[in-house]
Amino acid sequence: MYKMKLAFTLKTRADNPSLERRFGRCPYFLIVDTDSGKRGIMENPALQSQHGAGTQAAQFLVEEGVEAVISGDIGPNAYSVLDAAGVRMYSATEKPVENLLSDFQDGNLRRATPRGGRGRGRRR
Amino acid sequence: MILTVASGKGGTGKTTIAASLAVAIADEFPLYLDCDVEAPNAHIFLSPEFTQTQRVNQLVPSIDETRCDGCGRCAEVCQYHAIVVLGDKVLVFPELCHGCGSCTLQCPQRAIEEVPNVLGLLEAGTAREGIRFARGVLEIGQPMAVPIIRALKRWGPFGDIDTVIRDAPPGVSCPVVETMSGADFVLLVTEPTPFGLHDLHLAVQLAGELGLPVGVVVNREGIGDGRVDEYCRSVNIPVLLRIPFSERIGRALARGENLVEVLPEYLPLFRGLYVDIRSRLIEREGMR
Repeated sequence: MYKMKLAFTLKTRADNPSLERRFGRCPYFLIVDTDSGKRGIMENPALQSQHGAGTQAAQFLVEEGVEAVISGDIGPNAYSVLDAAGVRMYSATEKPVENLLSDFQDGNLRRATPRGGRGRGRRR
Repeated sequence: MILTVASGKGGTGKTTIAASLAVAIADEFPLYLDCDVEAPNAHIFLSPEFTQTQRVNQLVPSIDETRCDGCGRCAEVCQYHAIVVLGDKVLVFPELCHGCGSCTLQCPQRAIEEVPNVLGLLEAGTAREGIRFARGVLEIGQPMAVPIIRALKRWGPFGDIDTVIRDAPPGVSCPVVETMSGADFVLLVTEPTPFGLHDLHLAVQLAGELGLPVGVVVNREGIGDGRVDEYCRSVNIPVLLRIPFSERIGRALARGENLVEVLPEYLPLFRGLYVDIRSRLIEREGMR
């Protein structure tokens, strides 16, 4: 079993919430320390950002000491930041996070791959 | 007079109307600005010969790693999250940068140099019958149209011009705001369909926010329904010109021909449109 600090992107802060597939604009992060079992929900500071939500959310998680992120599609800008910080990224479907946590611990999650193109955090 | 031709909905005929108007008032030596920098196409109808060009650059940060101590101040002051500092690593995302220069000013180590990032190109030349023509072309891969449009509006390759026609991009987002800003009148081209009406309503609201007078051109009259007319009546917006839905016009435009050249009977109508807008502006000026 991996022991590390994980972040899941969440739609809501309800009990056993489902995964939010957007990374930069997810409302909340669930932080799970698989070593101590400690958990906490944090608001995503980038949710209301006008620009660059992906890079901002990624920097936030790196500063929180997160070592792996479980989300849906991680955009290219956020991917670059997390990758440069050595954070592992997993791409998952909108399942309840409890199921995804056991998938992660069983080694059944797919590593995210860099997506082509540009991030959405841009002015149009 | 600066006239912006916009629409909301794409494909309603902005460029068709704007290019026809330019030809109809060629004796005023208008300046035609193709502000649809993501997909400029007015050159097809006006065939300008480009003789002048200018690059549009934006200054973006470049980090001198020998000076940087990773303090993170640059990332902290960047409103666009275009810089991320991870320990002693600094990541710059030029496509998120708006060129404000805050990072450079705030860096305690003076480790940031600003380097030009090419956003696009301006081109100008004379088109048929003395129409002065200029356009902006966004560099492939660059996401920001507004700086190009702003540069195009300020560029003065022809000196002072009395009459400017700005051909706007579709939609009502920032590039359209930039194309409308500073205009005297907004001509909204629509079609009598539910989509045309929906987006016309948005474009009218935008022009209202900017405090600009509007008039409507109904293109492809004969399709759809009467709700665009009902709407214009209800909000007191004049319909200044109607172009029928016709196979002849469609075929001519598909060949890249200008509407008023294929159907010269439209020349006086476009000339009248110009005179109408002019007198509305004079009247509006008089009421102030």
